Order: sequence, then structure tokens, then C-alpha cells
Amino acid sequence: MGQLIRFIPLILFIALGVILFRGLSLNPTELPSAMIGKKFPEFSLTSVLSASQKMTTADFKPGIKLVNVWGTWCPSCRYEHDYLNKLSKTSRFTIYGLNYDDEREHAAKWLNELGNPYEFSAFDEEGKLSVNLGVYAAPETFVVDHSNIIRKRYAGPLNPQIWQNEFEPLIVQIEAEFLASSKYKGSN
Amino acid sequence: MLNKYAVIALLAVVTLFSSLVLATPVDTYVFKDKVTEIRFNALNKELRCPKCQNQNLADSNSPIAADLRREVYEMLQQGKADIEIVNFMVSRYGEFVLYRPRVSSLTYLLWFGPAGLLVVGVIVVVIVLRRKPVKNAQKPLSDDQKDKLDQILKYK
Repeated sequence: MGQLIRFIPLILFIALGVILFRGLSLNPTELPSAMIGKKFPEFSLTSVLSASQKMTTADFKPGIKLVNVWGTWCPSCRYEHDYLNKLSKTSRFTIYGLNYDDEREHAAKWLNELGNPYEFSAFDEEGKLSVNLGVYAAPETFVVDHSNIIRKRYAGPLNPQIWQNEFEPLIVQIEAEFLASSKYKGSN
Repeated sequence: MLNKYAVIALLAVVTLFSSLVLATPVDTYVFKDKVTEIRFNALNKELRCPKCQNQNLADSNSPIAADLRREVYEMLQQGKADIEIVNFMVSRYGEFVLYRPRVSSLTYLLWFGPAGLLVVGVIVVVIVLRRKPVKNAQKPLSDDQKDKLDQILKYK
């Protein structure tokens, strides 16, 4: 027993070492979103392409929505833009843009030159909606389900691999949930 | 000699002013009273910038920090309480935005761990101090040892 007590400090030291060593490989910028499971916040913002057009949550089409936060000041947004253009060809979901802290002319020019994957892009000059969404950088992509509940937040640029690993399973799951709930309603 | 004093005076002046040149962002908010301004500054020091993680809102120049400062300002102008503003931030950005984490089951270790370790340390020290002296010390010397001791003392 006495012998064992001598080793307690060493054991504690090793345990602390393991915990701290693991901490070294964690990515501190990977923050969980506090918005998962909450309703997409109400907003009233103009469209990037038309300053007179007010967009609100009512303008969301029914179905699964992808809300992509972007800005022309953001190099990673440029990187993911081509992939967003490809994604927008599907009918499984609609992509919406949230243009954050940008200038309208720059944003409009970007969409005209690089293609517009978005159903519409809300122009969030003051970051009102972005703050409500808990956005801290661009690009960020939110998955919003049929009942406007935020299901996922992904921070960082999208590419085919990330899509396959992070998004595709969730989209399939939401589709299945929706199918199940509509069947249930139909049988009633 | 005069030169030396001049240099010292110059250095003193430079030091004095360099402390005034702080690289903090400048917002031109106008407050309705002094208390609101103090609350604004206090909240900006308590809230962490989500993008630049080792800076608070008051320190950071990033666009998101500017937006959050404006949000804090507007809520203060609307007459919201500090706790409401903090709750607003936490509900969007998570507990992470608080530089002083709240006491919850998740943060017990953080809040009470050091005090707990101190208590453990005190207990260990008390146990060690109160332990009875080692029995060996009270043993009488054997005959062999007495002889050796006598020899040593004799030669001294």
C-alpha cells in the first residue's frame, strides 16, 4: 500500500499529460453552434441584386434550405463558389445566400461574373441576421429543414469531400424524416 | 550634463504618451448617460470576440466584433439589462463568448478545482506532519554500536 502511494503523483502527472497533450491537437476555432435545433431567426433584409426588394423568412421556398454566409472580402468564399454553383443544380434543396458585411456593388458584380447559385442573397450590411445566427466568419453554411429548424452549421469552405462526409448523410436523413411525417399525415 | 537630463526628460515624455496610444478600435457611440457608457465598456470586456478568440469585443478590430459592439450598444439604448444582453450573446454564440464562464455542472471543475486541490494539499501536509516519528529513532543502540561510538568519542 505504501509503495502504491508513492506512485500517485506520477500517475496524476501522466494523466494530466495525456489530457493536455490531447488538447494540443484540438482545433479551437471549431465551435459548436448554439443555434442547432432552433428556428431560423426572422429577418427582413434587402436582396443583394435589388435594393428595393425586401426578403424575409416567408420568401423561403418549402423544402430543405442551405443558407450560405458569404462576402466578397472572403477568399474561401471564392474557393467554394464553383462548388456551390454545381450544388445549386439539384432540386433536393434550395441554396440561399447571406451576404455579410459587404458592399452591394461588389457583391452584385461577384454574382454576375461568377454565377449565382442562390435563390436569393440577403444583403446583411450591418450583420443583423448574421449576429442572430451566431455567424463569426465566412464562409459558413447552415442546413435548415422543412419546418425552418436549423439542423447544422458548417464553418469553412465546401468541397465535394466535405459535402459527402458532412452534409449528404444529414440531407438524406431530413428527406427520410420528411417522407415519414408526410406519410403519417396522409394516413390520418 | 544638461544633455543627459534632456534625454531623460524626452524618454519620460515618450513613455508617457506611448501608453496613451493603444491600438483599440474607435467607435463613435454617444451614450445617454455615464452609467450606460461604463456598462457598455464593461460588457465589451466581458464578451469574447468569436473570430479572434483571445481578444474581447473591446480589443478586436474584426468586423464581427464591430457588429457585436453595435448590437450591445443598441440593446443598451433600448434599456435592456446586462444579463439580457449576455443571454442574447450566449444563446447565439454559446457559453464560449463569456470570458467568465457561468457556474454550471460543466464548469464546477473549473471553478472549484483549484480550491479542491488546495484542500487536498492541506490534508496531505497535515497528515505528513502529524505522522508519529519513525520508531527506529527510539531504539537503544546495540552493543556493537555503543563500542563504535565510544571509539569515535575517544579519538576526538
